[in-house]
Amino acid sequence: MSTFSTYQELIKHTALADERYIVMTAENRAVVKELPPILGARFIDTGITEQTMIGMASGLALRGRVPICHALTTFLIYRAYEFVRTDVGIAHLPVKLSAWIAGFLSDGNGPTHQAIEDVALMRTIPGMTVFCPSDNDDMLRMLPEIWASPHPAYVRLNTRPDVYGKHTPFKTGVAEVISEGADVTILTYGMLLEETLKAVDILKNKGLSVGLLNMRSLKPVDEQAILKVAANSKLLVTVEDHFLTGGLYSIIAEVLLKNMTTADVMPLALDEKWFKPGLLSEVLKYEGFTGEQIAERIEAYRK
Amino acid sequence: MTESKHQELKDRAFKVREHILRMSTDGGCFTGASLSCADLIVYLYSGFLNIHKDNLQDPNRDFLLLSKGHDVPALYGTFVELGWMEKDRLKNHLKSNDSIYWHPNRNIPGIEFHSGSLGHLPSVGLGIAMDNRLRGQNNRVVVITGDGELDEGSVWETLHVASAYKMNNLTIVVDRNHFQANVKTEELIPLEPLADKFEAFGCAVQRIDGHDFEALEKAFTALPFHAEKPSVIIADTVRGKGLPSIEARADRWFCNFKQEEVDSLLKELYGEEETTLTSETLTVR
Repeated sequence: MSTFSTYQELIKHTALADERYIVMTAENRAVVKELPPILGARFIDTGITEQTMIGMASGLALRGRVPICHALTTFLIYRAYEFVRTDVGIAHLPVKLSAWIAGFLSDGNGPTHQAIEDVALMRTIPGMTVFCPSDNDDMLRMLPEIWASPHPAYVRLNTRPDVYGKHTPFKTGVAEVISEGADVTILTYGMLLEETLKAVDILKNKGLSVGLLNMRSLKPVDEQAILKVAANSKLLVTVEDHFLTGGLYSIIAEVLLKNMTTADVMPLALDEKWFKPGLLSEVLKYEGFTGEQIAERIEAYRK
Repeated sequence: MTESKHQELKDRAFKVREHILRMSTDGGCFTGASLSCADLIVYLYSGFLNIHKDNLQDPNRDFLLLSKGHDVPALYGTFVELGWMEKDRLKNHLKSNDSIYWHPNRNIPGIEFHSGSLGHLPSVGLGIAMDNRLRGQNNRVVVITGDGELDEGSVWETLHVASAYKMNNLTIVVDRNHFQANVKTEELIPLEPLADKFEAFGCAVQRIDGHDFEALEKAFTALPFHAEKPSVIIADTVRGKGLPSIEARADRWFCNFKQEEVDSLLKELYGEEETTLTSETLTVR
């Protein structure tokens, strides 16, 4: 377990221990609402101005600060994309992007709030690092190293309760190997770890040897782990709440091609479509991402 | 301002204009846009701002950010005149053996931040100003924007935030040369009454002749204009200032002259002859 039990406790401890940290938000206080009186002038809410927040964060970072910026993902990195690319990216500043409700976590908001091209967009920026924790415990293990690094970083925040119970210490660029299997290996990131854990149980109960990788760090990505499962498993399955283009499926394809190898890879992703808005449980069912449905889709593919 | 100081500034600005003209060939540069703010940049670097070749690492110094960016030949010319940069380096403009191109490159000492995408540096300047405040320092941040640049909503978004935080250590200077890339500002998206707009966004404003060193001195030494507001100086300027054959013309923004035209323009600058320009100089970007 992490020393802290919530994101807010971790960020409070981090900022109080080191004056370089500035907590910023474009009026999205979901995970930092108790911080204004604690951090004083080092808590900066710019109002609903994502571009100004990112530009301002760049100016602060230029002076040696480490700003941690909060907003709903689509606004943080799409509205302000050119500021992230041009100010943070070109100057390679240690601005940390804490992105709220990415992927399926925007549940009932509708397509305006669906950040399902975030991994694709962020990983194209030279020097930008990209991280997707699978639950609250995973996130709290990952963030200290991410925030302490000198690189710009994008993090899909995920405060959902621990779904695994046995997360290992985090290292940038290293995937968490949850199980290994000769028949199928599922590669996933973010909140879908919960459903893939269920899918693995179902498939194992049917006698299959099933592996599962929690990718954690999508850039840099764990190439060795990918090559290993490609060599040792008959089928790879990528499971992601992201467009098919530019996410984990694309990353796997790039890694395999770069290493002049190939594999049977089945992608479960959003192919040229936004997802149907609704409560998260409804979204998962409608889009075919519950544990049962993931297992069924894998079995159908294998036939 | 003493007469000798005034003469020093005039002489320096004259030299900077020579550098700008010399960079306006072999691929060219944003000649008109650089000439309009040459006097402003020369004034700021000739004693007003606490920025020197030797204090660039000092966190207590002042900061100047070029937000419109394509006016960087005026800044490089000023660096040469102040001895921060080798004069011969300007000949490397656009060459792969150096790093001087159409927009500011922050790898060159003295350039605070890269720019070229309009509407970015007011917010970056706000971040630097906030850091100065957090450190308890009273050093200044000056951001030069174009007037066409004010079309960008991000400029106004940042002013909104800067005035909410009462950033009296942030000054926006508008190089009001009345043109954007291809047309007059007032014929496309009119900006006037510009001072009223800045005031409505919570700024304290002065409007001056941006080519008059006495007026620049009077305005800048009065900063901040208000104890609890960001300051804005609208510097009325002339695009292409100093060269009658370039001045106030829509088609003299980006110029790539033939060498003989540059030679003729230099004579025009010296007051010796007029220039007939035949190069196709407008490049829509």
